[in-house]
This record gives sequence, C-alpha cells and structure tokens, in this order.
Amino acid sequence: MSLKMPDVCRATIARRLEIAAELRRIVPDGVICTETELKAYESDGLTAYRQPPLVVVLPQNTEQVSQVMAWCHAEGINVVPRGAGTSLSGGALPLADGVLLGLSRMNRIVEIDYLDRVAVVQPGVTNLAVTRAVEADGFYYAPDPSSQIACTIGGNIAENSGGVHCLKYGLTTNNVLGVEMVLADGEVIRLGGRGLEPEGLDLLGVVVGSEGLLGVVTEITVRILPAPEMARAILLGFPDTRSAGDCVAAIIAEGIIPAGMEMMDRPATQAAEAFVQAGYPLDVEALLIVEVDGPPIECDILLARIAEIAASHGASTSRISQDEEERLRFWAGRKAAFPAVGRLAPDYYCMDGTIPRKRLSEVLERMAQLSDHYGLGVANVFHAGDGNLHPLVLYDANQPGQLDKAEAFGADILRMCVEVGGVLTGEHGVGVEKRDLMPAMFDETDLAHQQRIKCAFDPELKLNPGKVFPQLHRCAELGRMHVHHGALPHPELPRF
Amino acid sequence: MTPSPALRPATAAELVDLVMQAAAQGTPLECHAGGSKRNVGNPARRAQPVDLGAFAGIVDYEPSELVLTVRPATPLAEVEALLAANGQMLAFEPWDAGALFSGTTGKATIGGTVGAGIAGPRRLTAGGARDHLLGFHAVSGRGEAFKAGGKVVKNVTGYDLAKLMAGSWGQLAIMTELSLKVLPAPRSTATVVIEGLSPEQAVRTMSAAVGSQVSPVAAAYLPAQGGRPSQTCLRLEGFAESVALRRDQLAAMVATEGLATACHDDAPATLWQDIREAAPLRESETLWRAHLSPSRGAALAEALDRAGADWLLDWAGGLAWIGAPAGADIRALVAAEGGHAMLMRGPDHVRSSTPIRHPEAPALAGLSQRVRRAFDPAGILDPERWG
Repeated sequence: MSLKMPDVCRATIARRLEIAAELRRIVPDGVICTETELKAYESDGLTAYRQPPLVVVLPQNTEQVSQVMAWCHAEGINVVPRGAGTSLSGGALPLADGVLLGLSRMNRIVEIDYLDRVAVVQPGVTNLAVTRAVEADGFYYAPDPSSQIACTIGGNIAENSGGVHCLKYGLTTNNVLGVEMVLADGEVIRLGGRGLEPEGLDLLGVVVGSEGLLGVVTEITVRILPAPEMARAILLGFPDTRSAGDCVAAIIAEGIIPAGMEMMDRPATQAAEAFVQAGYPLDVEALLIVEVDGPPIECDILLARIAEIAASHGASTSRISQDEEERLRFWAGRKAAFPAVGRLAPDYYCMDGTIPRKRLSEVLERMAQLSDHYGLGVANVFHAGDGNLHPLVLYDANQPGQLDKAEAFGADILRMCVEVGGVLTGEHGVGVEKRDLMPAMFDETDLAHQQRIKCAFDPELKLNPGKVFPQLHRCAELGRMHVHHGALPHPELPRF
Repeated sequence: MTPSPALRPATAAELVDLVMQAAAQGTPLECHAGGSKRNVGNPARRAQPVDLGAFAGIVDYEPSELVLTVRPATPLAEVEALLAANGQMLAFEPWDAGALFSGTTGKATIGGTVGAGIAGPRRLTAGGARDHLLGFHAVSGRGEAFKAGGKVVKNVTGYDLAKLMAGSWGQLAIMTELSLKVLPAPRSTATVVIEGLSPEQAVRTMSAAVGSQVSPVAAAYLPAQGGRPSQTCLRLEGFAESVALRRDQLAAMVATEGLATACHDDAPATLWQDIREAAPLRESETLWRAHLSPSRGAALAEALDRAGADWLLDWAGGLAWIGAPAGADIRALVAAEGGHAMLMRGPDHVRSSTPIRHPEAPALAGLSQRVRRAFDPAGILDPERWG
C-alpha cells in the first residue's frame, strides 16, 4: 500500500498491555488485545488496506464511551470509531497506535414513537433492523445502502450513506433528527432532537458524513416514513448510453421523481444476467430499471408515462413488472451486479464519483479509453437519477503491479468526475481511499475551512487521524490570520 | 447613532479585501442585500453595513440536472419565477419574510432566505433550506474566499458545510454563490380542512395523516378565532389522479374517526401563504418561532392559551408561531415542552433586552462558539445582532 499514514507513536505501542488493562477497568468484558483476535479488525470493506489496531474496546453504553474517550484524551492516544466495518473507503481502517472503538454491542432500539414518527436507536443497530422494527406497523427507514443487512446506523451517520432510493427520499442526513455524541475529550452533547430545526448552528448537519473525525455518536433519532402502498418497476433497454441518459433527463423533465432509477452498462448487464438470470436483454448497451411507488393508480399512470418516454427515446426493451416477484427479479440482477462483476476477474475495485448526468456518455467514452490505456476492464453501474457512478475496475491482485494500476485508473476516473463538474464521492466517503485526491476538488483554503471544524471538535486531532484530509495541519497553525508584514492590504480603500 | 453609508463591494476580491480589513480592525459588519430581515435581532448594534447587491444573477440552471446555481442577492421572486417557468420549485417552500419582519415584500433574496433557513409548510416532508443547499462559494470572517459542497445532488466529499451555512444567519461567512437542489413542482394540489378540532385532536389527526399512505406534504392548525372554528389543514400534492384518490382516502379516514364537523377542499388560495407567513399574528406586539417535538405541540398550545398568547401550529405540531404582548415569558413555556424559541419580531426595547436566540446547553454553547470562531476568529460578522 502506497498510502502514507500518520507517523506511528512507538511509545504508545509499547504500552499496549497497560492500555488494555486501563480500558478493561472501564469496560471489563469488552477489551480485545490478542494478536489473533485483533486480526479480525484489521480492515473494513476496503480490504486493500490492512492494519491491526493497537487494542479493540467494545463499550456497552454512553458512559463507557465517554470514559474511554476521556482516558484516551488524557493519555494522548488516537481513537478510531467503527460500526460494522463495511466502509468502502477505509473510514474504519485501524491505526497501529490507536484504540479501535467498536460500537457493535450498542445495538438496542431505544424507542419507537409513531406520534412523532421517529425511532431512537443505538449506533450498533443495523440499518435494516430499523425497518424490521417498524414495518409491521406500516413504516420503514428510507436510506437503504446496499450493505443494509450489515451496516449500522452509527456508520451510516459517519458516512452519510445513501442507497438506490435517495433521489426521492434523501440520504442519511435528510433522515436524521438528532444525536447524542461523545466528543474527543469525553464530553457528552446532544445535537437536534425530534423537532425539525435545531437551535443555533446546525452542527448535526456537519457531524453527519464527518467519517468519525468529530466525535462518537452514541444514540440516534431517525425519521421513519409510512411504507408506500405499492412499488413497481419497469425494465428498459437501449442501443446506446446516450439514449438512456436522455430518457432519464426526459423522465425528470416530465415532473417524475422515481423511487429508484438505476442504469447498468453492457458489461455489468451481461455479468449480472450470467450470474442470476434476471431476464435482462443481452443486446443492449444500457439497461435502466425505473421504480415508482405510491398508490396503485399513481404507479400505473407513472409507468405508462415512463414507457411512452422510453419508446420515444428508442428503447428496444420495455417491460413493466406484473407482480412483486417480477419486480424483485428486475432488482436481483442490479443488486447482484457487484458479485457478478466479481466473477469476471479475481478482484474488482469499486469507485464512487458523481457527475452531472448530461456528461454521462462522454464520461463513459473516456473511461473506455482509460480502460485500454491501463489494460484493465471496467463495468459500470450508475444511480442514474442522481448522477452517482460506480465504475468497477477489474484486476488481479496476484499479478504484480495490477493493484497499483487499478488504483491509478480509479483515481483518473475520479479526477475526471471533478473535471466535468462532479465530485470525488457520492456516497462511499473519502476515508483513506480518496484522501490524497481531495486537492483535485478543494484548494488549500477550502480544506483549511473544513479542517477548522475538526479543530473545533477535536483540537488535539486524536479522533480517526489519517482520514479525509491529505495533510492534517496543527490547529494552532490553522488558526492564524495572515496579516502581510503588519500592514493591511489596499490602504487606499476607505476605513470604517 | 446614524449608521454609516453602506459599502458596496463589486467583486468577490473586493469583498475579501473589505472583510480582511474589518477583521484586522475588529470592525463588525452587517451584510445585507434586500434587507427584508434586517429587523431580526438586537437593534442596538454598531455594525458597518455592507450591501451585497452586486452579487446577483443566475449563474447556471439546467432543469434536467435538478440543480440551480445562483448569486445570493438574486431576488427570491426572480428565482421562483424562473423555476416555475420550467415546472420546478424550491421544495422547502421558502417565502418572503419581509411581510412579517418589515411589512414590505419583494425584497427577499435567495441568499438571505437560505442563510436564515426560511422554510414553509412543505418543510415537514420535503426538508428545509439545509436539505437543498448543495454547495456554495463564500468569504469567511477571516477574509478568505472558499468553497464547499458541490453542484450535484449526491455528494459526500468532505464535511457538509452547506448544512452548517444554511440557517446560520451569516454568522460564519458571506456567501457569494449558492447551488441549490430543485425539484419538479407538483402537477396538482388539494387542501382538506377539518373544522372544529381541539389542539390535541388536531395534533393526533395530523400525525395519523402524515404517518399514513395518504401522505400529505403539509399539515397545519389554526385555532378558532372570532366566529371561525379551528382549522386543521392538510395539503396533498402530486399527479392529479393520485391527489384525487388520496383526498378521498383522507376524507374517509377523518369520517371514521368521527372528528369532522366539516371537511372540504375548497380552501382559499391564500390559506397556506397565511400559514407560512404567520399572517394571523401580524398585529402581535412580539412574535416568536418555536421548534419542538410535534407531539408536544398540543400541550404547548394549551399553555399558550392559558398565558393569553396567540399562536398557530405548522409542521404537524413541530413548529409554533407565537404572538404575545411584550414581557410574556414565552421562552419558558416553550422550554417546558422541550422546545426552543427564537424572538423573531418585537419593539426595539424588547429586542435589545431579550436574548434573540434560545440559550444552548453549556457544552453545546462552547462547541458552537468554537465553530463560529473557526470561521470568524475576530468576531466581526454582526455578533451584536444576537446579543
């Protein structure tokens, strides 16, 4: 791995057993420090990077989290928070000299309130468990990242997770009302509540998606929504990606915001069909799955309009799901796209950029050129509604140099996303993976303004260091104001 | 004292110079464009006015991308007209706050509206200004130009400073460009008004409706006034066939509960405008805006009745607009129901002697202050406004 992590503190590593003993005093039954057990925590979903942590601590309540944070703060020890470890960007990658704070045992649903339409949960509750807890009463939790069976709400907060339905129902940040969190020094605060607007600055807004750098969230209040009466999908095939992209734009122009709108390119379609036999047409360059939800009459009308729009954009395949089983079959291929593509090569590297949708064809063309240049295949799945592109770069980690090539290819793709007016990451986060690409999107002043938030929450920079920021400046250095040689600029301007 | 004439920077570079000087000298600045909300806050302040009027105009708008990029001093009305011409809208239902704060309309700008986090009844289901600000360019209180967020609807690159900027009332930085998420405007709208419910019945009914597949986008309650019975107002939006069906479902639901003394959908066109602008409270001496758990809305309403204050509820009970005579301790009543209240309007002597914003818990107040200082270390972005 070519990534430079912060210098390791050898003195801290030498204290491993003492640190474990101190943490055991706070969490008697929740400290792991044997080499074999630590190995289980050495990476998250970005498995190219591995580093066993110094010690793992698994607290069971806010009080224990607070004590662990306060003790580590007093001792100057780094802490890396972790939910289920499904991050695809290395957000929970451990540090050799850092305590890994696992929230998996804080997995209780604290309260469900249908009058306020909220669920109050601990951070280790899985995303899907929230929906499971309320679905019998006709509710659900809208954000649905594809890892929802495993990923936790705490991790969703850290990453501002999305899912296929987020164009209509929003990301995590649009569905969280309040959190209790422990700051780096152990102080416990609450942000937001059950009302819609906070008092004062919207600090919750900046905590969501902060990738575990600002604090440890210990309780979360999320909005739950009434489950739509019905969902139906239409499967559309196109002879070229431009027509598919134009069709997406036309659907939106018609005033329709589908519940989900997913596109797959030819390699992804072929791989998915070979893997799960979803009934996808094999003679298309782009496949679209458009899902609508709501009352049956609304679904009927919208699907009919979408079919008309698709026909006028040259769709060669157009099939409306006739029952729930068929709808799920349409999705089965899309949901299996990653493992299906995984059968085409020993390894694949999943990227996550967002682009303005109108640039899709151009981006795919340039990606094909890059694919030739690097000699690595690529398949694309695309959240077409919101422009979030997931290119899957195919490689073989056992071939010397291929991982480096795949990473270079991926970095080129993300730089291209920024160049066409998009961003480095739509939903997977920066983590360690895209950390060093941040200057492609933000200049030093932009990054300094972000990092001063970090300094306001964690001035000692002990929480999850080495992530998100390509260079972690000392807070005192960032706080200075620049006055040139003691003189004000532009002395000719009027003084107040 | 007589205020100094406003400075009017013409470019972002000039704004940078101006703020840098102010920071070096410790001169507070009061930045405004339309000025529709200048009366919010403590009137006793000595800030140098800065007119941002030069930062106006549409930068980029591509309806099918669902993104609008605009300069902050662009009139809200101009933005809304442009979107409407393309069948789109700002889903958080921003409104011209001038009606409420200064008595004059037509001056509200998009920057001020987003900066103040002004959102209307649809905020209940569509999110607020913070949910629709995708990215921005700004000059911070340090006198440095920077940007954050992006111009696409899905983005998690770096901290989400857009959330922090929306509703910050300009305390962190002066925006020079905003990118906003826009959405298709509903093709059809209907309002069901149920008359005669008590606050408690109303909050329960609104909660049941919003938590059902009828899916109203907005839910508000106007208490009885004069000879008019109370009105529980539910707004449905979408495609015509779906709205018609859900309107019938809602009527049936209300009938089953045996609640309605009247149920109709011929509400006057101004009903929702009146609700979002708190029009029934326009004559009150002081005006407060309170946020709380929706289920506590009824208890707050009853407490306000006992205290002789006027009020209306929006956001299914989670937002209370409160009109009261000067001296009424509205904040204590709101706090007793777990909410927080901001003094939005009142005579000078009240606004200069009452904290405008609800006090934060000490740990949170410290953190908020550190965040403000991160952007504005010299404390020049109109700090006295909130004193």
